Amino acid sequence: MTETSNPVAFTPERLAKVKEIIDRYPAGRQKSALLPVLHVAQEQWGWVSSDVMDYVAGLLDIKPVEVYEVATFYTMFHLDAVGKHVIEYCRTGPCCLMGGEDIYGYLQEKLGIKAGETTPDGLFTLKEVECLAACGWGPVFQIREKFYMNLTREKVDQIIDELSK
Amino acid sequence: MARKILTEHINVPGIETFEVYRKHGGYTAVEKALKTMSSDEVVEEAKKSGVRGRGGAGFPMGMKWGFLAKPEGIPRYLVCNADESEPGTFKDHHLMKCIPHLLIEGMIVSSYALGANKSFIYVRGELMYVIRILEKAIEEAKAQGFLGKNILGSGYDLELVVQPGGGAYICGEETALLESLEGRRGNPRNKPPFPAVKGLYQSPTVVNNVESISNMPWIVNNGGDAYAAIGIGRSTGTKLISASGHIEKPGVYEIELGLSVDEFLNSDEYCGGVRKGHHLKALVAGGSSVPILPAHLITKTANGEDRLMSYESLSDGGFATGTMLGSGGFIVFDETACIVRNTWNFSRFYHHESCGQCSPCREGTGWMEKVLHRIEHGHGSMHDIDLLVDISKKIEGNTICPLGDAAAWPVASAIRHFRDEFVWHITHPKEASQPGAVYQGAMTLV
Repeated sequence: MTETSNPVAFTPERLAKVKEIIDRYPAGRQKSALLPVLHVAQEQWGWVSSDVMDYVAGLLDIKPVEVYEVATFYTMFHLDAVGKHVIEYCRTGPCCLMGGEDIYGYLQEKLGIKAGETTPDGLFTLKEVECLAACGWGPVFQIREKFYMNLTREKVDQIIDELSK
Repeated sequence: MARKILTEHINVPGIETFEVYRKHGGYTAVEKALKTMSSDEVVEEAKKSGVRGRGGAGFPMGMKWGFLAKPEGIPRYLVCNADESEPGTFKDHHLMKCIPHLLIEGMIVSSYALGANKSFIYVRGELMYVIRILEKAIEEAKAQGFLGKNILGSGYDLELVVQPGGGAYICGEETALLESLEGRRGNPRNKPPFPAVKGLYQSPTVVNNVESISNMPWIVNNGGDAYAAIGIGRSTGTKLISASGHIEKPGVYEIELGLSVDEFLNSDEYCGGVRKGHHLKALVAGGSSVPILPAHLITKTANGEDRLMSYESLSDGGFATGTMLGSGGFIVFDETACIVRNTWNFSRFYHHESCGQCSPCREGTGWMEKVLHRIEHGHGSMHDIDLLVDISKKIEGNTICPLGDAAAWPVASAIRHFRDEFVWHITHPKEASQPGAVYQGAMTLV
């Protein structure tokens, strides 16, 4: 839940990665690197602050507004500080058929928060997302790159307890 | 066992590695195409195969390739659409995760056919772990000389780039995808010009779905005619179907097009039937956008013929009594499912995913969601049902891209086939708004 450190800068490893990403595109098309670079930024800071967006604009030699309009369009980018674990819960039809609404209610009760909120200890943020392309294994939620599938109340207990340690 | 083109080796341990994939015949299509065929010959085989776009639109892939403009001195691009986000659809996710080299091999022969030297795979950002799998596969293929400069000494160069999306269903629409790939918001472009003339970076571009491209190694190895001999009529080849909802065996299945819906739904080789102790109420056959069908129109058409898993048979009867194969997202509903609640859920999805560019879609999807919300929660009026139909008609066909249609069809079809259920929600608001409440009357019709 800390604010972005100032001055904003990628770690040397991530900066090298960003340079490699920019080189993937034809000359003058470095703006194509914007989404991949925002993902790298979110990996480093957990969310994308306006300072980070300005920094990314500088690296890609584009205007800050070109970053703002993109970061606010795509739902994966967190525009506010988030907890250590962001639970992205699928609320779409096929997951709901498999009991997704019940499990979601249970998860909210267990964490004591609703969508968009963070637990007071800063451990979990809950976010509702649309279909994660895992409908046959629903209900589903995702934490960073990992999918948690075929969720039951018991599984939710296990996952949350494990991540709370 | 039915014939498998894409998934024959999918369960082989280690098939995600170059070595094992190669042992099972992998990359022979690259050798054959680059060493013995001209690029036009590869295009010709794609045309002969009759393979149709597997992302949902069903447009013949070879014909799409034929439209690609080839002006001198301007690069051409192949972009693979791996932005799979249509509710009920998870086949590309499965294919890329399990057997990444199949897509890489397909990208190489397809890029060669189109004369592209830099090609992109645009994967939805939520599948970052799949992106890492694909990037690893690309590195392996490069190390073995199947990517990079002068592939297999043929003089052909190809670089593959995997691009992550950022969480936007709209980027599955090909021009929105190109906008996104250029680092902008995913607002679809007006057509014409079509991407085949002005696509990525204003250069001629082909955008194809993961599954479509993954068919190409087999087509190159066995010939387009052999592919066209599989399937039924203009529905050639096989199709991946992702089955979810109230069935015994959810998962991804490869079927030969023309298999009966009854066999797909009820045999143990596929879905294994509706879950035990329950019975069929409705089906969404091709992803959330396609019209929902009631039980009596699922295994038989309105004329009493067997309904088949093919583009033509699923659309038999038009929207009055038919649906579409779409992306192959096969969502099964048993008698415990509330159609009104599900329609509200899908509506919320389209409202959330509308890019906001065209007012009929931006406003209309929001209105539909609100009206459905109030019906589901016991505050609807009889007028609302016709209002929903009216809104859906005013969205359909009036937007730059098909998201508007995709939002309109589920609502219009749910009212067409399950009107009684909407009426019951309005006449019995207290019962209908109880958690888990489901209208029981329609069961007598089935």
